[in-house]
Amino acid sequence: MEKQTRQDLLRRRSLLMGGLAAAGGTAICTSVAMGQQPANHAGHGAQAIADAADPMPSMGHGAMMTVGDVDSAANGFDPTDMLTDWDTGTVSTLPDGRTLRTFEMTAEDREIEIAPGIKFPAWTYNGRVPGPALRAKEGERLRIVFRNYASHPHSIHFHGIHAARMDGVPGAGMVDPGDEFIYEFDAKPFGCHLYHCHAMPLRRHIHKGMYGAFVIDPDPERHPEHADVARSRLLGTPENTGWQELVMVMNAFDTNFDAENEFYAVNTVAHAFMKRPIRIVKGKPVRIYLINVIEFDPINSFHLHANFFDYYDQGTTLTPTLKTVDLITQCQAQRGILEFTFAEHEPGLYMFHPHQTEFTELGWVGMFDVVEALA
Amino acid sequence: MNEMLPRAAIRAARTNLVWLALPLLAFGVAVAWILSTDPLSGFRNGAPPVENLTFERTVFDEGGLRLLVRAGGSEPMTVAQVQVDDAYWQFTQDPPGPIARGRAAWLKLPFPWMLGEAHAVKVVTSTGATFAHDIAVAVPTPQATTGQMRLQAMVGIIVGIVPVAVGLMFYPVLRDVGREGMAFLLSLTIGLLGFLLVDAGAEALELASETAAIFQGPVMVVLAALSSFLLLMAIGRRSGAPAGVALSTYIALGIGLHNLGEGLAIGAAFAAGSAGLGTFLVLGFALHNVTEGIGIAAPILKKRPSLWTFVGLTLLAGGPAVIGMWLGSLAASAQWSALALAVGAGAILQVIVEVGAYLRRQSERGRDVFLTPPVLAGLAAGAAFMYVTAALVKI
Ligand SMILES: [Cu+2]
Repeated sequence: MEKQTRQDLLRRRSLLMGGLAAAGGTAICTSVAMGQQPANHAGHGAQAIADAADPMPSMGHGAMMTVGDVDSAANGFDPTDMLTDWDTGTVSTLPDGRTLRTFEMTAEDREIEIAPGIKFPAWTYNGRVPGPALRAKEGERLRIVFRNYASHPHSIHFHGIHAARMDGVPGAGMVDPGDEFIYEFDAKPFGCHLYHCHAMPLRRHIHKGMYGAFVIDPDPERHPEHADVARSRLLGTPENTGWQELVMVMNAFDTNFDAENEFYAVNTVAHAFMKRPIRIVKGKPVRIYLINVIEFDPINSFHLHANFFDYYDQGTTLTPTLKTVDLITQCQAQRGILEFTFAEHEPGLYMFHPHQTEFTELGWVGMFDVVEALA
Repeated sequence: MNEMLPRAAIRAARTNLVWLALPLLAFGVAVAWILSTDPLSGFRNGAPPVENLTFERTVFDEGGLRLLVRAGGSEPMTVAQVQVDDAYWQFTQDPPGPIARGRAAWLKLPFPWMLGEAHAVKVVTSTGATFAHDIAVAVPTPQATTGQMRLQAMVGIIVGIVPVAVGLMFYPVLRDVGREGMAFLLSLTIGLLGFLLVDAGAEALELASETAAIFQGPVMVVLAALSSFLLLMAIGRRSGAPAGVALSTYIALGIGLHNLGEGLAIGAAFAAGSAGLGTFLVLGFALHNVTEGIGIAAPILKKRPSLWTFVGLTLLAGGPAVIGMWLGSLAASAQWSALALAVGAGAILQVIVEVGAYLRRQSERGRDVFLTPPVLAGLAAGAAFMYVTAALVKI
C-alpha cells in the first residue's frame, strides 16, 4: 500500500512537472550516488523518490539538484519546521492593563550547514538562520531582551514604528560582545515586517545571517470595517486556525566571499522544499508571510505554479494591494502577505520559485504537496 | 680482513660512523618533537584550511560529463556540490569521500551537455570555496576505438613521419654541397632546433602552469629538461663526440621527442574539441617539420648509410608523433604532457650542443666558424623557416 502511493506520487510528478521540476524531482540518485553524503535518513520524501528513481536518468532530464541532505539535527533548525514556528514570547499585563510581550534574543556565532555538505560560518539570532519569527498583536507593548554572545557588536533594527533610541543603529542599541540591551516599543503598524542587525558593515552582518521575520497581527477592534479579515490574521482566533500560515524568508549565501551568492533558498537550506514538499490541505486557504532579505542581488521574486494569489504589500492593509497575480517581486527588505487556495485544484505537487531562473537553479525552489486531508 | 687493519683505523672508522649517525639522530629528534608537541599550533588562527583543486581531464560522453579533479589542499578536501552553468547537479564521486592532498578523483554528472557549446563548471567544497573550470567547446571525447586509433595514427604519420622522410629525400642533392654548403646545412639544423627548444620550453612551462600545485610545474619542467640533457650528453659522449650516423641518430631522437610533444598537443586539441584543428593545420605541421629531415641528413652526407638507416632515422624522428597523438587524445593530463615536452627540450639542447661541436670540428676556423656568412645565414634561415611555418599552426 505504502509502495503504491509512492509510485502514484512519482507518476503524478512526471505528469505535472515539466523540464526543471522533472529534472529535480524524479532524478534524485540513490544514496550510493549521493557523492559525499552518508546514507539518507529513511522515511523522507527524497528517499522515497530516490528508491524508485532511475539512478542514471536520461540525458533529457538530467538531475539538477544538490546532492545529499542537510543534517537538521546538528543544525538545530529545520526549514520545514521554521515555516510554522512562531515565537510569541511571554505575555504579562502592564499596570495600565495593556499587554506586555517579552522576547528573549541572543546573538551567537555558529557554523551552520546551508546546503548538503556546505558549512557556513554564520552569525545568528538564537542560533538559527533566519532568526526566530516574532509575532505580536497590534497595540501591545513589546520588550526584546537582547544579549550578545557573539564575537562582534550586533543590534536588532526592527522595521516598525519606534523611538530613535530603539533603532538598533550605532549609538542606539548597538550591543558589544557580552553586553545586553532591551528594546522597547509599541507594536505598530500591523503588517509583515522584519528585523535585522544594523552593525557596520551592514552588508556583512546581514548576509552572515542576522535577520528574521517580525509579524504584527491587526487588532480586530481597531478595524471594525474589516474585522473579519483582521480576526483571520490574528494568531489563535478560530478564524485564524482555518488558515494554513507559513513564514518564508527568502535568503542566500555567498560561501566564497566574492559578493555573489552560491546558494539561494527559503529558510536557509537550498532545495529543502524540493526534497520535502510542503504539505497543504486542499480545503484550507494558504497565507504566506514572505520576506526578502537576499543580499548581493537587487531583486527577488515569488512565482506560484498553476494558481494565482492576492498580495498585501508590507501586509499593512486588510484589502489586497494586488489582486489575482501569480508573480510578485521584492527588493531587499521588501515583504508582503500572499493569500491563495488550492480548494478547486486536484491534489498533487505544485511548484513555487522565483522567476529569476538562476536563483531557482541554485536552490530557491520548492513544491506544495496538495492533499485531500492530513493523514 | 679486519684483523689486518690497525686498531687506529678501526677506531677512526667508528668515529666516522658516529659523526654520520649524530646529525641523523638530531634530525630524527627534531621531527619527533614537531610531531609530538605540535609547536605550529601557535600559528593557527582559525582560518579555514587552504584549498586547491585542479581540473585535469574533462570527458563528455553519452553518460554526461566526467571530470578528473586533483586536490591540493593543506588538508583532505571534500567536494560537496557541483554547479554546471549556474545550476546544481547531482553527481557521483569515485572514489568517494574526502580527497587527500595530491590525490585525484572522478566526478560524474548526468549532465545533458550541448554539442559545440561552452559550459562552466563550478565545484563547491565543504568550506564553501569554489573552483571554476570553463569548457570552451563541448564535444564527445574520443573513445579508444581501433578506428579512432587508426585515424590518429594516420594524422601522426602525416605530421611526423612524412615530413622527415621528405626532408631526407633531399639527401642525394645535398651530397654535392661543398664545405660551405655543409656548414650552412648544419647551422640551419641548429637554427631550427633552437626554435624548437624555445617552443618546447615555452609550451612545457605553459602546461606546467595548469597542473596541480603539488607537481611544482615550472621546477619539474626545468629539472626534467636539464636531467634529460645531461643524461643524453653522458650517453652520447661515452665513446667520444658523436659524428656521422650517431650524430644523426641523436638529432632524430631530439626531433622525435619534440614530435611526441607536438603529437600530444594535436591529440589534446582533438580531445578538447578545437574546432579549428582541420586539414590546414595538419598540413601546416607537416610543412613545419620538413626541415627536420634536412637537419637529420646533414651529418651523414659523406657516409652513404644503408637504406635501413634512413628508415630507422625517419621512424625515430617521426614515429613519436603517432604515440603522442594517442596519448594526448586519450589519457594525458597536463603534468604528463609538460614532462614529455621538458624531456624533449632537454634532448633538443643536447643535439644543439653536439651539432655545434661537430660544426666546429668540421672547420679549420674553430670557434670562429659561427661568425662566417654561411653559418650565420643557416642559423637565421633555420629559425626563420620554423617561425614562419609555425605561424600556420598556431591556434
Ligand atoms: Cu550584526
